[in-house]
Amino acid sequence: MTYLLRSWQGSIALLLCLLALVRLPLLATDASTPFAAAGTAGVLLLIAVGALACFMRISRAARALILFVTAHTAAWLLIGGMSGNEGNASLSYFLLIAASWLLGWRCISELAEIRPSSRQTMMALRLLIPAIFGAWVLILWEAITRGAGVPFILLPPPSAIWDRIVSSVPILAADVRQTVFKAVLFGYVVGCAAGFAVAILADRISFLRRGLLPIGNLMSALPIIGVAPIMVMWFGFDWQSKAAVVIVMTFFPMLVNTVAGLSASGSMERDLMRSYASGYWQTLVKLRLPAAMLFIFNALKINSTLALIGAIVAEFFGTPIVGMGFRISTEIGRMNVDMVWAEIAVAALIGSVFYGVVALVELATTFWHPSNRGG
Amino acid sequence: MNASASSVVSARKLGLTFQTSDGPVHALSVVDLEVEKGDFVSFIGPSGCGKTTFLRVIADLEKNTAGEITVNGMTPEEARKSRCYGYVFQAPALYPWRTIEKNVVLPLEIMGYSKTEQKQRVQRTLDLVNLTGFGKKYPWQLSGGMQQRASIARALAFDADLLLMDEPFGALDEIVRDHLNEQLLKLWAATEKTICFVTHSIPEAVYLSTKIVVMSPRPGRVTDVIHSTLPRERPLEIRETPEFLEIAHRVREGLRAGHSYEE
Ligand SMILES: Nc1ncnc2c1ncn2[C@@H]1O[C@H](COP(=O)(O)OP(=O)(O)OP(=O)(O)O)[C@@H](O)[C@H]1O
Ligand SMILES: [Mg+2]
Repeated sequence: MTYLLRSWQGSIALLLCLLALVRLPLLATDASTPFAAAGTAGVLLLIAVGALACFMRISRAARALILFVTAHTAAWLLIGGMSGNEGNASLSYFLLIAASWLLGWRCISELAEIRPSSRQTMMALRLLIPAIFGAWVLILWEAITRGAGVPFILLPPPSAIWDRIVSSVPILAADVRQTVFKAVLFGYVVGCAAGFAVAILADRISFLRRGLLPIGNLMSALPIIGVAPIMVMWFGFDWQSKAAVVIVMTFFPMLVNTVAGLSASGSMERDLMRSYASGYWQTLVKLRLPAAMLFIFNALKINSTLALIGAIVAEFFGTPIVGMGFRISTEIGRMNVDMVWAEIAVAALIGSVFYGVVALVELATTFWHPSNRGG
Repeated sequence: MNASASSVVSARKLGLTFQTSDGPVHALSVVDLEVEKGDFVSFIGPSGCGKTTFLRVIADLEKNTAGEITVNGMTPEEARKSRCYGYVFQAPALYPWRTIEKNVVLPLEIMGYSKTEQKQRVQRTLDLVNLTGFGKKYPWQLSGGMQQRASIARALAFDADLLLMDEPFGALDEIVRDHLNEQLLKLWAATEKTICFVTHSIPEAVYLSTKIVVMSPRPGRVTDVIHSTLPRERPLEIRETPEFLEIAHRVREGLRAGHSYEE
């Protein structure tokens, strides 16, 4: 019994495997291209080997490797056998998918337990674990949508989205160029720079600080995306109106955060500057801005996502016939959901990269802060 | 105002009242004090008696509300603007985004010293406080005592004749404290600076000072000024001599008197 408890994923995977064996075949009897017997046997064998590996007295790395290979090959065979049989999967099929998912889970937890000595292996593991995790989201998505025959309109399988991405690279590239490289980048840079500059100005001129800040706080809480149609009226259909929306959206978070950051330095630190008879600008550059960095980067990170959302949604309100928001709104009307998902995938990728780059720069600049030290 | 030519700090009937939400707080009242050039003056007294406040008035970080004070013959503001003093705060107050070296360079950058001058001075002052080789470290990679020494180095890096130190060794253990006291005396002898030093420790005050100012709270006043008869050259063992104990006794008496006044 304790033997079985040593890995509950392994035990359950074995159990599911046996159940699946009882409930064979994998597909409904009227499927057009049924699974080859060899394929079915192969899947069952792989899962059994993987599940048994959970209990073997071998090194963690070896067990993780066996699990990795068996879980993914089994999933690969199962999904591969589904082509032409969409919606015809039987209970047995889902039991085996679940079993291989459990093996994948076990694989991740084995990897997470490995304490490598070298930095490179450490880094590789830090990337590998979330990668396997993400892969399983896609595998389950694919297996369930195709196995159960979920209507394409509701949720296309990832493979269809990927096919659409590959076949529409020029369109997607044009959309990205229009939305990201024109509207988002321009708006983000100008909006953040303007928010920062006005924050410094407000810091110098007290009436600005007292008048502008409450308004800034209010504005950054409002759904500014509502101004998009107005911006389209003011600045026309092309990217300039989208950039304007992005500027308006990113301006206030930057303003509010920078002003808050400028008062983040300690009183003793400021007294120190005063004891040196330091001027306004010297104190600003050498003390107050470095102390404000965490706040400023906070705004930069918030704005990186806001900018992308702003530009895409703004395109719903009128645009030339290119752009990510334009594509999403027209393709959904034509029921081309795979194209919509393709745009969403591209937007997600760009958003993550954007955020990641800002976060990396932040880590490099604020390494000294207690929350970032030693990492 | 007839401050003598050698007077570095001269306070006449100095008073400071903080206006707080629950009424005025008399932090200092009728403080008369002369600090001569080359003096090592210690301020000792119970918590809240206005030692920090007095130092802050000298440094123009706080404004007196009564009486007069001159620093180097000028108003505190003029003295601050002409960078007459270095201030060592109760906490190190090092900037965590700068290395130790860069922290020590900070006042030099602000005061516009040349690059080569900056380099030399950082080297020299870090040697002085025994932090040679730690220049490239960040403050948070150093122990509390090392950070405090770095903050002293920072105050010594530029040419101010007056050094204001607010309980600089308050948070350190006895042995490190002894060591730093000894170094501070050496430094004082070598640089001929005038030092105003706040402490809670009677032995520390007696060991270091040429003049001990005993203060008492509510309102903050000077109750006694004791001139030390100890020689300028002071090995740590001097703390066992009858002369030392005699002065320490007087300081303790002064502190007691201040406390009994309160009751
Ligand atoms: N900014 C301020 N506002 C109001 N009251 C203050 C302020 N600073 C100091 N005080 C009051 O002035 C008095 C003297 O304070 P001070 O900091 O000079 O004491 P201290 O002698 O340095 O005490 P300690 O030994 O604890 O450091 C205290 O009663 C304190 O509450
Ligand atoms: Mg104090």
